[in-house]
Amino acid sequence: MSDTSGMTLAEKLWAQHVVRSVDGEPDLLYIDLHLVHEVTSPQAFDGLREKGRPVRRPDLTLATEDHNVPTTLGPVTDLTSRTQLEALKANCDEFGIVHHERGHRGQGIVHVIGPELGLTQPGMTIVCGDSHTSTHGAFGALAFGIGTSEVEHVLATQTLPLRPFRTMAITVEGTLPDGVGAKDIILAVINRIGTGGGQGYVLEYRGPAIEALSMEGRMTICNMSIEAGARAGMVAPDETTFAYLRGRPHAPTGADWDAAVDAWRQLRTDDDAVFDAEIVIDGEELSPYVTWGTNPAQSVQLGQSVPDPQTAGDDDAQDAARRALTYMGLEAGTPMREIGVDAVFLGSCTNGRIEDLRLAADILRGRTIAPGVRMLVVPGSHAVRQQAETEGLDQVFLDAGAEWRLAGCSMCLGMNPDQLSPEERCASTSNRNFEGRQGARGRTHLVSPAVAAATAVRGTLSSPVDLTPTDAPQGALV
Amino acid sequence: MEPFTTHTGIGVPMRRSNVDTDQIIPAHWLKRVSRTGFEEGLFSRWREDPGFVLNTEPYARGSVLVAGPDFGTGSSREHAVWALQQFGFRAVLSSKFADIFRGNSGKQGLLTAELDQGDIELIWKQLEAEPGTEVTVDLPARSVVCGDVTAGFRVDDYVAWRLENGLDDISLTLQHDEDIAGYEQQRPGWKPTVTAAVD
Repeated sequence: MSDTSGMTLAEKLWAQHVVRSVDGEPDLLYIDLHLVHEVTSPQAFDGLREKGRPVRRPDLTLATEDHNVPTTLGPVTDLTSRTQLEALKANCDEFGIVHHERGHRGQGIVHVIGPELGLTQPGMTIVCGDSHTSTHGAFGALAFGIGTSEVEHVLATQTLPLRPFRTMAITVEGTLPDGVGAKDIILAVINRIGTGGGQGYVLEYRGPAIEALSMEGRMTICNMSIEAGARAGMVAPDETTFAYLRGRPHAPTGADWDAAVDAWRQLRTDDDAVFDAEIVIDGEELSPYVTWGTNPAQSVQLGQSVPDPQTAGDDDAQDAARRALTYMGLEAGTPMREIGVDAVFLGSCTNGRIEDLRLAADILRGRTIAPGVRMLVVPGSHAVRQQAETEGLDQVFLDAGAEWRLAGCSMCLGMNPDQLSPEERCASTSNRNFEGRQGARGRTHLVSPAVAAATAVRGTLSSPVDLTPTDAPQGALV
Repeated sequence: MEPFTTHTGIGVPMRRSNVDTDQIIPAHWLKRVSRTGFEEGLFSRWREDPGFVLNTEPYARGSVLVAGPDFGTGSSREHAVWALQQFGFRAVLSSKFADIFRGNSGKQGLLTAELDQGDIELIWKQLEAEPGTEVTVDLPARSVVCGDVTAGFRVDDYVAWRLENGLDDISLTLQHDEDIAGYEQQRPGWKPTVTAAVD
């Protein structure tokens, strides 16, 4: 750490957290924050109990309920969900861990509440038994998802044995055109490098188009790094980051704040650092992206058509494309804008923050959603929900004909009752369009919040440019 | 963890790329709070199709899964590893594994052997030509034998050492307790704690 010249941001963070490094063994890395939820933790707590091990740092551990929780008022009626939620509460009580349950004002999707509470800060190592932990990298943290064995490991030791990641720079040049946002950037990145392109790498997003993004936008991008196979994504902290953090409940104050900001300003990739891989994307050329298939790399620009599987590359890729089209009930050559949807989902750790809701509400204000389309708006956290209600966004959604729900993961992964029916088609602001992800045989198109809102109005995959100021509810341009 | 040195069992060809963990074990199976009982959930949506490979003999008795590239992408759910193991799999062969899945497998004693795609193709052909062919996976030798096909594979040396000896990661780390305590001493005081803020 004495000489950090020629290091990337990820390498600096790694070096700052090495507890022990021995040739031939993985480095032992210290973990600054461990986020816990009900799904991937019960077996880890069982493991501690079996061995009689305590939680080493309950003060660096926070639990919340998110994956399973119903987003409607009332008790949890699903018995297995209730058992799992009760297990988390009991485990947290036993091991002395702070726990935000349903109804708590700090409850919400684990990747939404960390930043919102100011617990997610630059320069930290953050883990959670959830692959979308990469979200927190937006603050210049090294944050990644882990499995249940690793959850147990961190609970017991506050460390993880890990091999260093390789580093990849993803530079987004220029200024984004109107109507194009963070979601479109990351869908374009995944389209470019594929679902396995980031394997073994930490992705560092940089360049003018990234620097111009809000923290919410940066979180959206880092969130989906895992869909490109990368465990982590990062953005170097800057004034936008500091402004977001200042005054949040867990942010440093007074002299601590000054010391922290001084340290955070050092968290930049050195000019002479070398990445293991680099790609450059021209932000000016981007337009809204939507997926047509069953993995997040199977996407096109909204103005394009469903691709012909024969153009998909090698035999395996063609086979995968054909299988995806069959599953999705789509034919090659169909313009994406002609694809009608049954449902729209606005929410998730990818796009369930206040900025996402504001953007969608601005599009829906004074409009109504198309007949036959149901739209679910699920805030990412209790605090996001309260903020939206303060701003009157809930009424905008309700007036448009959407459902306004309580916070949780909801239809992103369909563990709670919010699910698609077989063959139901959904424009979703979430992160995965895998087979059955949103409900058995459900069909998912990943989209940005802007596309989700415009699609809800027109009933077919659309962007805000398809709407006229006086657009009729039925979508006059169809 | 049960040590892994060599294993011989029926190979199951799965000619699909991007087999994500939502397919390996759909989310509703994740509500269980125990570590057992996941075998029924393994590929449960695909198993609704009677022609799916695991629904047919002799593959239903298979223990070495031979999969396409990018196996185990998506969610971090370790339940995917438990489901594969509880169904009877001891090893998965692929040319490319998702990082978290590979890590989870290593913790649980499921071997993820990385082969060249050309060798995977040869093994697929062998298994399809003679269903029921056994595959021998030799971890110390880093080799796979299936009929006439012999291929090398890659695996992290440290993971291999732990698998061969059946060692528990947490016990190994706890031997370095002093290093951890020493590190904690020099962490900056302004780093956040969960309990410090007014709740």
